[in-house]
Amino acid sequence: MNPSEQRAPREGEVRIPSGCAIAAVISKSGERMSGEGIIKAMRPMRERSNGLGGGFAGYGIYPEYRDFFALHIFYDSDAVRTECETYLRSALEIVRSETIPTRKLPAITDEPLIRRYFVTPLRSVLASMQVDENEFVARVVMRINTRFDGAYVFSSGKNMGVFKAVGYPEDVGEFYRLEEYGAYSWTAHGRYPTNTPGWWGGAHPFALLDRTVVHNGEISSYDANRRFIEMFGYRCTLQTDTEVITYIADYLIRKQGLTLTETASVIAAPFWSTIARKPESERRELEYLRAVFPSLLITGPFSIILGFTGGLMALNDRLKLRSMVTGEKGDRVYIASEEAAIRAMEPDAENIYAPTGGEAVIVKVREGAF
Amino acid sequence: MGIQWNYPEFEVVRNDSRCIRCQVCARQCANEVHRYEAEIDAMISDESRCVNCQRCVSLCPTRALKIVKSDCRLRENANWNQDAIREIYKQAESGGVLLSSMGNPKPYPVYWDKILMNASQVTNPSIDPLREPMETRVSLGKKPSKVERDENGRLKCELSPQIQLSMPVMFSAMSYGSISYNAHLSLARAASELGVCWNTGEGGLHQDFYQYGAHTIVQVASGRFGVHKQYLEAGAAVEIKMGQGAKPGIGGHLPGAKVGPDVSRTRMIPEGSDAISPAPHHDIYSIEDLRQLVYSLKEATAYQKPVIVKVAAVHNIAAIASGIARSGADIIAIDGFRGGTGAAPTRIRDSVGIPIELALAAVDRRLRDEGIRNNVSLVVGGSVRSSADVVKAIALGADACYIATAAVLALGCHLCRTCQSGKCNWGIATQRPDLVKRLNPDIGSQRLINLMTAWNHEIKELMGGMGINSIEALRGNRLMLRGIGLNEKELQILGISHAGE
Ligand code: SF4
Ligand code: SF4
Repeated sequence: MNPSEQRAPREGEVRIPSGCAIAAVISKSGERMSGEGIIKAMRPMRERSNGLGGGFAGYGIYPEYRDFFALHIFYDSDAVRTECETYLRSALEIVRSETIPTRKLPAITDEPLIRRYFVTPLRSVLASMQVDENEFVARVVMRINTRFDGAYVFSSGKNMGVFKAVGYPEDVGEFYRLEEYGAYSWTAHGRYPTNTPGWWGGAHPFALLDRTVVHNGEISSYDANRRFIEMFGYRCTLQTDTEVITYIADYLIRKQGLTLTETASVIAAPFWSTIARKPESERRELEYLRAVFPSLLITGPFSIILGFTGGLMALNDRLKLRSMVTGEKGDRVYIASEEAAIRAMEPDAENIYAPTGGEAVIVKVREGAF
Repeated sequence: MGIQWNYPEFEVVRNDSRCIRCQVCARQCANEVHRYEAEIDAMISDESRCVNCQRCVSLCPTRALKIVKSDCRLRENANWNQDAIREIYKQAESGGVLLSSMGNPKPYPVYWDKILMNASQVTNPSIDPLREPMETRVSLGKKPSKVERDENGRLKCELSPQIQLSMPVMFSAMSYGSISYNAHLSLARAASELGVCWNTGEGGLHQDFYQYGAHTIVQVASGRFGVHKQYLEAGAAVEIKMGQGAKPGIGGHLPGAKVGPDVSRTRMIPEGSDAISPAPHHDIYSIEDLRQLVYSLKEATAYQKPVIVKVAAVHNIAAIASGIARSGADIIAIDGFRGGTGAAPTRIRDSVGIPIELALAAVDRRLRDEGIRNNVSLVVGGSVRSSADVVKAIALGADACYIATAAVLALGCHLCRTCQSGKCNWGIATQRPDLVKRLNPDIGSQRLINLMTAWNHEIKELMGGMGINSIEALRGNRLMLRGIGLNEKELQILGISHAGE
C-alpha cells in the first residue's frame, strides 16, 4: 500500500506553505552564549507560529569534537536505527554515539528516537570515491534521507547542531535543554504551516553540512529552483522552501565558490534597471551572475537567515515582502522578524535597522575567535 | 462543362440591396471570384474560386458581402467525412500529392487549452505589475557550468555569445519568397523596435534588411539559399534548420513563379527557377555531422554568434535534443506539429510529428535528468497562439517562444490556408507586386508591435498573479500548472498535477 494511504501525508508528500517567525544572535568576538536568550526571543512572536514546528541551530557547541561531523538523526523505530547504523559504520568512523539529552514536557509529544553521532569519513572510502570529506558526508546525508524510510538526518555539520521538533519554539528549546549548550551564534524558527504535517523532520532550521537556513515566507519560484538544483545531485524530499534554499546556498557557496555577497545577488538579484545604474565593473558582475544562474533567483516573499561556521547572513526578497529587522549591542548582532524579539534578547539593543529588499546583512565572528 | 466533382466549399452571399456596384471586391480578389456584368448591372461571383480569405468582406464599403460555408453536403458519413471524399475526388482527377498551407487544422488535442495556471491567495501576495517592477527580459545561449575567477579572485564575466530579448517571444522563420518583401520589412522593423528577434527563414536576407541585423536570426537550411559570409555575420544568431513542424522529414519547394529578380538575387539562384531544399542536409547524416556544421558556422562567425538548431517535434525528440545539446549548439528550437508553413504535403502536415507541449515537457525533463539543461536554451513554437500559451510554455521549461502564424495574423492573414497559390490577397504570402503593396510596412510593423506589447502586459499580469516578478523564476516552474481533463500518462509526460491535486 502507498504509505500516504496509511497515515496522514508527511512532509515531502505534499507541499505545505507556511508563515513563520525567525530570530538570530551572534557574538562577533566569538563569546559563547547559552540557548536561553534565543528561546526568550521566540516568546513574543508566539502569534507567528502555531505549534506545528520549532527549532534552533547553534554554532560552536561541540568544541571538544570540533573536527568531527556531528550527525543528528531522527528514527521512527529501533529497527531502522539498526539498519541505518550498519550503513553509517560502513562509510564513517563513529567516535561517539549517544541519545540527545531531552527533558519531558507535556507540550512536546510523540518524539522519535533522537540520536547524535560524531563521525569522520573513512580515509579509504574517501580515496576510492575521489571526493572531499564535505561532499562525501553530503552524499551520505542524501542517501539516508532518500533511501532509509523512517530515518532522517537533520543536522550534519562540524561543531554545530540543529535541534527541532513539532511544538512551539520556546517549548522545543526547553525540551532540548538548550540552556546547557554554549554557541557563538544561534538561529531560531517558529513555524505556521497551513496544514498539519506532524512530522519532526519537517520543522526548521533545515541544514546541510554546516549551513542552516531559517526562513519566513512562501517562495513563488519554488519549482523552478527545485528542478534546477536537482540537476546537481540534490533531492528535495521535503518539498519545502527552506530545503531548496539550503541546497541553493550549498551549491553556490561550496560547489561554485561564490562569496556570500555574490550568493545574495543570485538569489535576490537586483532588478535589471538597478543593475543598469551600477558602475561598470559591478554591473558586469551582476549581469553575469543573473545570466549564469537565472534559475536560482528566488521570487515571492522571504526573509532568511543563513547560518554557517563563523557567521550569519540575513536576506530579504527583493521586494521586501516579509518583515525583518536587525539590532546591535556591544559585540552582539541581533536579527529577527520583529523588533520585539530583539528586545526580548537585549532590551537595550541599538541601531535597530530594517534592511531593504535584497540587501544582504553579513555578520562574521572575528577571525580565529571561534 | 464536364462533371464538377467538388461543389464549391464556400458561398458568396451578396446583399443586393446594399451593393452599390463599386467593384472593390472585383479589384481586390486575386482569385477572380467577383466580376461586374455591365449589361445587367450586376455583380456576379464564381464561388469555385473562393478561398474564404475575407479580403472582399473586409473591404466592401457597404458590408454587403459575407462568405459562408456551403451547405450543399454529401450524404453524412462519420467515417467517410466530407474532406476525405473531396480529397479522393481531387486526387483521382490530378494524380498529384495534395498540398496545403498554414498549420495542421485537424481536431487533435491542444494541450495548452488543458493546462491551467496558478495565482497567489493568502499565503503569499500577488504582485501588481503597474506598481512593482516586473521583468520579462531573457538571454538565450549556453550558460557555464562553473564560474571562473581571475588571479585577483574577481569573477571572469565572459559568457558564450547570447541573444538578449526584452520579452520571451521571437518571430520565427518565414523565408523571403514564401512571404513578401513588405512582410519581411514589417517583421524586421517590429523586432528591432521591440528588442526581440525575427528570423529570415531559408531564403537569405534582402540587402535592404542588413540594417536590422542585430535583431535578425539568419537561417541556414538544406538548400543553403542566400548563405554567404556576410549574411552569417549580419545576424544576431545563426539557425540551422533541420526540420519544420508542419513537414518533418521533408524539404521545401518554392515554385519558379515566385522567384522574381529580388528573390533570385537574395537566394542566389537564377530567376524563375524552382528553389528546392532537399529533405535532409546532405552533409548531415548523423549527429557528429551536425556538430561539424555547428562548428563550421561558429568558425565562420569567429565564435561571436550563438548557433540555433531547429528541429521538428517528432517521436524521439528527447533523445534528439539531448544529442543536439552535446553538439555545440547554443539554442535548440523545437517546432510542434501544429506549426505553420507556406506549403506542405497535406498528409504530412496533418499526420506527422507530435504536439509541442509534450515535446517541450519531454525535452526539458530529459536535459535536466542528464544535467545538461544549462548547455542550451530552449525555444518552442508551433503553435503558440496567445500570451497564456507563452506563460504555459515557459512554466513547462521553455526559455522563449517562436511565433509565426500569430505574427502573420497581426499583419492581416485570415488563415485561408492557400499560401501555396501565391495569390495572397493580404500581401503576405505572395510576390505579385500589386498584392505585396497592399501590406503597408508602417502599419504592419506597428500592428506587430501592438500585439507583442499587449502580450508582454498580459505575461506580466499572469506572472504577478502567481507572485513572480521575473520570468526566470517562471521558467520550468511546473508547480504553477495544473492539467484539466488529462489522463495519468499525459500528466506524467507534462510533469504536472491534475487540477484539484
Ligand atoms: S465591394 Fe461590396 S458594394 Fe462593392 S461591388 Fe463588391 S459587394 Fe458590391
Ligand atoms: S498568408 Fe495569405 S494566403 Fe496564407 S493563409 Fe494567410 S491570408 Fe491566406
